[in-house]
Amino acid sequence: MRLTQGQFSFLPELSDDDIRQQAQYAIDNGWAVSVEYTDDPHPRNTYWEMWGHPMFDNPDAAAVVFEVNECRKAHGSKYIRVLAFDATAGWESIRMSFIVNRPADEPGFRVVRQEGEGRIVRYTIESYAAREPEGRRYA
Amino acid sequence: MTDAQTPTPDRPATVDLAAAYEASGVKDVLNEMDSTMIGLAPVKGRIRETAALLLVDQARRQMGLATETPTLHMSFTGNPGTGKTSVANRMANLLHRLGYVRKGHLVTVTRDDLVGQYIGHTAPKTKEVLKKAMGGVLFIDEAYYLYRPENERDYGQEAIEILLQVMENNRDDLVVILAGYADRMDRFFDSNPGFRSRIAHHIEFPDYTDAELLQIAEVMLNQQNYAFDPDARAAMAAYITARRGQPHFANARSIRNALDRARLRQANRLFNAAAGPLDATALSTITDPDIRASRVFRGGLDVDRTRSRAAE
Repeated sequence: MRLTQGQFSFLPELSDDDIRQQAQYAIDNGWAVSVEYTDDPHPRNTYWEMWGHPMFDNPDAAAVVFEVNECRKAHGSKYIRVLAFDATAGWESIRMSFIVNRPADEPGFRVVRQEGEGRIVRYTIESYAAREPEGRRYA
Repeated sequence: MTDAQTPTPDRPATVDLAAAYEASGVKDVLNEMDSTMIGLAPVKGRIRETAALLLVDQARRQMGLATETPTLHMSFTGNPGTGKTSVANRMANLLHRLGYVRKGHLVTVTRDDLVGQYIGHTAPKTKEVLKKAMGGVLFIDEAYYLYRPENERDYGQEAIEILLQVMENNRDDLVVILAGYADRMDRFFDSNPGFRSRIAHHIEFPDYTDAELLQIAEVMLNQQNYAFDPDARAAMAAYITARRGQPHFANARSIRNALDRARLRQANRLFNAAAGPLDATALSTITDPDIRASRVFRGGLDVDRTRSRAAE
């Protein structure tokens, strides 16, 4: 099951040049671009591992593509996303986020039902991949 | 989609180099360089040649004759104060106009910015600088300090390896300019053959002549709304000749320092001597004594004098 989080996730995979243009758009708006990776695809997993520092003072997006490729070398079988952080007062938040790398095989999620008091049923989802310990998911 | 399916874009049958020259704005950069930089004839010549080469290459690319990005990494060799950084700035502008770098900014670094202090510190530091320079020009001043043959565990070697790798793989993204004294750069290239083969353009910066330095001094003063009186101009010419023979002579930079000190003495003189109100001419004229008071006319710096006395 294809993970659809953030922008462009229903589109075909972005090429390096697509990534460069999107990142350049973020840089031109004055946002700090950073690269993050994870092997836990749960939608509520907001804090991914940082790949280096956010790039606050790079005028050109070639540096972002360079870092994405470096991250692919080290974590090619995990999810990698590019973020753009807007530091202006009032926003102080992520303005862009898109996945640039994903595992070859994405097993998807299962529904877990928990029976509570009375006849209450609580639903949650769990990634099949997350059953394995960290580092051993996605082969 | 495979290449066979992509339609070939329309290619022009002819190109108008003169029009491309006008449109790219290269002319403005070259003219500005001619008018604002004094002397440096061989350097200007080389830059003109490079600009012509890149313009032709651009035209060839439009017609589908060239596909590879030409190697644009350069080395600037010359004595201190011969305008290497200024020319690098204009080079960045030129390459930007021609579309060979996307942003055209200049990042100036020395060994300290690239090489770390402990194991594992160098690679992130160098990569950080390289990332900052992407889309522009990376200017490495006194590049030979990167390589220290006397210490085999020096981290400079690590910085050099990363640099070489990025210079080769990211040729579209950044242009590296190495700068330094001619003889030490030659030794640096001899011990790092990888660099020599990756650098296509070696540009040598000659020393300025005395007449050029005097001209530079006047331009510098004009920019600050000062002027020489005729006696002071003669004194400055004598100063330049005397200064050249003394140690630590740094061409235009020495001149700038001399002028700063002359302004200091002029201010002091006005402060002590002036009795009545001063007009604009008095406030902006450098006179003969302001220059003649320099230590250069008494045989150089005090340290150098004591050293030569000790040698006797």
